[in-house]
Amino acid sequence: MNHSNEIAIGFSNIVFGLVFLMVAASLLTWIERRLLGFWQDRYGPNRAGPFGVLQVVADGIKLLFKQDWIPPFADRTVFVIAPAIAMITVMLAFAVIPVTPAIGIIGNLNVGLLYFLAMSSLGVYAVVLAGWSSNNKYALLGGMRAAAQMVSYEVFMGLSLVGVVMLAGSYNLTAIVHSQQHLWYVVPQFIGFAVFFLGGLAETHRLPFDLPEGENELGAGFHTEYSGMKFGMFFIGEYIGIILISAFTTVLFLGGWYGPILPPFLWFALKTGVLVAFFVLLRAALPRPRYDQFMAFGWKLMLPLTLINILATGAVMLCWSTS
Amino acid sequence: MLSVLLTLWYTFLHLFHRKVTVSYPDEMPYLAPRYRGRIVLTRDPDGEERCVSCYLCAVACPVDCISLQKAEEAGRWYPEFFRINFSRCIFCGFCEEACPTYAIQLTPDFEMSEYNRQNLVYEKQDLLISGTGKYPDYNFYRVSGLAIPGKDKGEAELEREAIDTRSLLP
Amino acid sequence: MNSTFDISAIVAILATAMTITRASAVHALLYLTVSLLAVALVFFVLGAPFAAALEVIIYAGAIMILFVFVIMMLNIGDVAADLERSWLTPSIWIGPSFLAVLLAVELCVVVAAGGYGHRAGSVVDARAVGVALVGPYMLAVELASFLLLAGLVAAFHLGRSITATD
Ligand code: SF4
Ligand code: SF4
Repeated sequence: MNHSNEIAIGFSNIVFGLVFLMVAASLLTWIERRLLGFWQDRYGPNRAGPFGVLQVVADGIKLLFKQDWIPPFADRTVFVIAPAIAMITVMLAFAVIPVTPAIGIIGNLNVGLLYFLAMSSLGVYAVVLAGWSSNNKYALLGGMRAAAQMVSYEVFMGLSLVGVVMLAGSYNLTAIVHSQQHLWYVVPQFIGFAVFFLGGLAETHRLPFDLPEGENELGAGFHTEYSGMKFGMFFIGEYIGIILISAFTTVLFLGGWYGPILPPFLWFALKTGVLVAFFVLLRAALPRPRYDQFMAFGWKLMLPLTLINILATGAVMLCWSTS
Repeated sequence: MLSVLLTLWYTFLHLFHRKVTVSYPDEMPYLAPRYRGRIVLTRDPDGEERCVSCYLCAVACPVDCISLQKAEEAGRWYPEFFRINFSRCIFCGFCEEACPTYAIQLTPDFEMSEYNRQNLVYEKQDLLISGTGKYPDYNFYRVSGLAIPGKDKGEAELEREAIDTRSLLP
Repeated sequence: MNSTFDISAIVAILATAMTITRASAVHALLYLTVSLLAVALVFFVLGAPFAAALEVIIYAGAIMILFVFVIMMLNIGDVAADLERSWLTPSIWIGPSFLAVLLAVELCVVVAAGGYGHRAGSVVDARAVGVALVGPYMLAVELASFLLLAGLVAAFHLGRSITATD
């Protein structure tokens, strides 16, 4: 009885989480356009419904009713699987986020951090397979760029978290948040924070690091051939990815749900929201770097920085413990 | 790196700037009288059609969207039909420049959308307005030397008395 | 937990079989990835979450992506798939599969005789793995890093631009 009860609670948790995510991600498409508008001295979509919120519904209907075309030269199965992978990996990664001690699906997983890295590394498949199966040269170029970009930046992303793991002494995300009760890790681990955030930007291939899409060079990159809801899945997957990276940055560096006065959930949402807005600000402000500049930036700046960060953290911790 | 951060900051400040958007249907933008929009055919101050069917506008039109047919009535020329296909018109205003009588004029009205393409072909009754448009005093037949009923040669404004070439008197 | 183990083990075996029999290289790689993921789940169930996570991050997430990347770059089309199909004749696969069946039979016999090793009782967490790596297996780790360094140097040497040398 007890066991089945637990399973029921778990399921309702998952369903609620998924619905919440979908709604948040589709709202984010509207929020992003509004924010972009404001930062470019425009209004953005403000016509449908109050403040234009119903634009989300309009877009959803449009995506659903657009012709869902699979090009005859594409590799059918892989073509269909790729957008599903894009959605599944980002949504699975949410499972380990401890939103508050009470809200979360498996926030207590003892390898939570590694689980997140694993899911984000599987996310590469979506882009690469989409690029390959479209059998289109722009898509292929986009897919190859994505593979190189995401595999490289994953390295820095993983390494940037080593400092946090050293300080917290655990891969368990709940434990990591608990250990930030007095000091957010963004202070002692600022380099890790910056590198993680940039890596997350590259991982979600958002502007300015959207080289796999690069619409003025590659058409639309890896999803050139996608239409209808399959494109919609990539689209929503990208927005869920933004929320994912923001939520993880909150958990790992900004002290998760800790904060004065407000309830824990609001603190978490607030921090995540600010980071999401920062994602949009980056898009509004910065141009896309050239591909080789981008890779050089990664390997020649981020990698040494993270390694130095790990070394320094280790040294400080050693001195601390011996003295 | 610093420049990147500055860029971010300046972009962020734009949140508080005035929006440049003109929310069009709620808030009409100002259009100058010389704005090149919907084309009209005007009348002279006497209320007669100004167009004299000279075909100059049709010739000047770069996309060939004007078609008309000349007719004549008691010395005055007028178009039997005058048709502009606005689905082809590029609103360049060349027709207005070519017209010797100020008959054809472009107006500051651009809201001409139609669901049916055929409705964009305007006939003479759609084009002809009852006023004089931008040039209220101009009357072609009053300044040209052509004889029409009620105005013989030499009776136009600023026109000298017609010279009888057969007479020997100075 | 037992059913999770069984299901993922069966998935791993089936996916591996599909890997061997696919004509298209990318499809084969995808099945291999699925097999690796299934193996990761097996690790997890057996109480080695750290190994499971690394399996996904490194094998499925990095190495297989590189394979897919290379195959994409070569862009092998239908011609290669046909060639592959022509190789999949009985005369070719009968030998290896006979040996594989022999191994499988051997395994079955061992398991039936009760030699089936006990499943790991305790969960091996990341700390235990780390301690083992820099403790008893220090030498192996150092050797592996030598190997990787050699590989790095070789890759650098091969990848250096040819025009720069003359
Ligand atoms: S505005 Fe230009 S295109 Fe339009 S009718 Fe006049 S000459 Fe032709
Ligand atoms: S140029 Fe003027 S007068 Fe001549 S046909 Fe056109 S509208 Fe009439």
